Amino acid sequence: MTIDWTHFTPFSALVGGAMIGAAAALLILGAGRILGAAGIVGGALDGRDGEAAWRWSLIAGLAAAPSLAYGLLGAAAPVFTANWPVLVVSGLLVGFGARLGSGCTSGHGVCGLARLSPRSFVATGIFMATAFVTVFVARHVVG
Amino acid sequence: MKRNVLALAVGLIFGLGLCLSGMYQPSKVLGFDLGGRWDPSLAFVMGGAIAVAAPAFALTRRRRAAWLGGEIDLPKAIAIDAPLVLGALIFGVGWGLAGVCPAPGVVDVGFFSPSAMIFVAAMAIGMLASRLADLRLRSARIATQDA
Repeated sequence: MTIDWTHFTPFSALVGGAMIGAAAALLILGAGRILGAAGIVGGALDGRDGEAAWRWSLIAGLAAAPSLAYGLLGAAAPVFTANWPVLVVSGLLVGFGARLGSGCTSGHGVCGLARLSPRSFVATGIFMATAFVTVFVARHVVG
Repeated sequence: MKRNVLALAVGLIFGLGLCLSGMYQPSKVLGFDLGGRWDPSLAFVMGGAIAVAAPAFALTRRRRAAWLGGEIDLPKAIAIDAPLVLGALIFGVGWGLAGVCPAPGVVDVGFFSPSAMIFVAAMAIGMLASRLADLRLRSARIATQDA
């Protein structure tokens, strides 16, 4: 294993990460809700528990962020290497799995670990492991 | 209303954090490739986020009410059960395939990326399917309990 020094950006990763943590802190202390993207998007789609309005507002904030980021940071557009059939399969698995497992990278990986939830440690360990294996297989076995 | 404004601000800060950290970029996520040239940035993003969120969650142990009123709603489930394990397994495979998880998917739609729109549409279908499967499982369980 060699570290990819040309792409490694420890400073912006840490500061950007701290902003994600600050967003989670603001939502739990301000509104009493967990910052879990899967739960927020899934709950907004279900729209049954009277909590859809704040969820759609948060989604609007997420979708508006790139316009600000483009102005402030000059952020480049995302580049997808996956073709559309892979994107469809990946999206279906991400949506289905994150809802079934009650969380994704933000809900389990950030909020769950931050509040020392045993369920989140198990879930994060599993999804990080299967993601690494998937990347490994796609790049070094099949690719 | 106040809650919606707060949620909008939270979404903006979250989205800007994803942009600054590079996590919105699928190649950045897929760069966490332990078998090749490894970009450890993803670990720094999660570490930074957890370090800031942890004190806030520690505070919730002492206070019950949120600033805008209402109860602080923390997950109550504690069982390490089959849906948790199976869901995490499936989610991880999907994440590794394209390098996108739910929040960066929504952010990438905000970049007007057609690929992100395909991903998020499929993700929404997956989420709704999971809800239906969950409801069927639950009603099946109630039916067997009744029998």
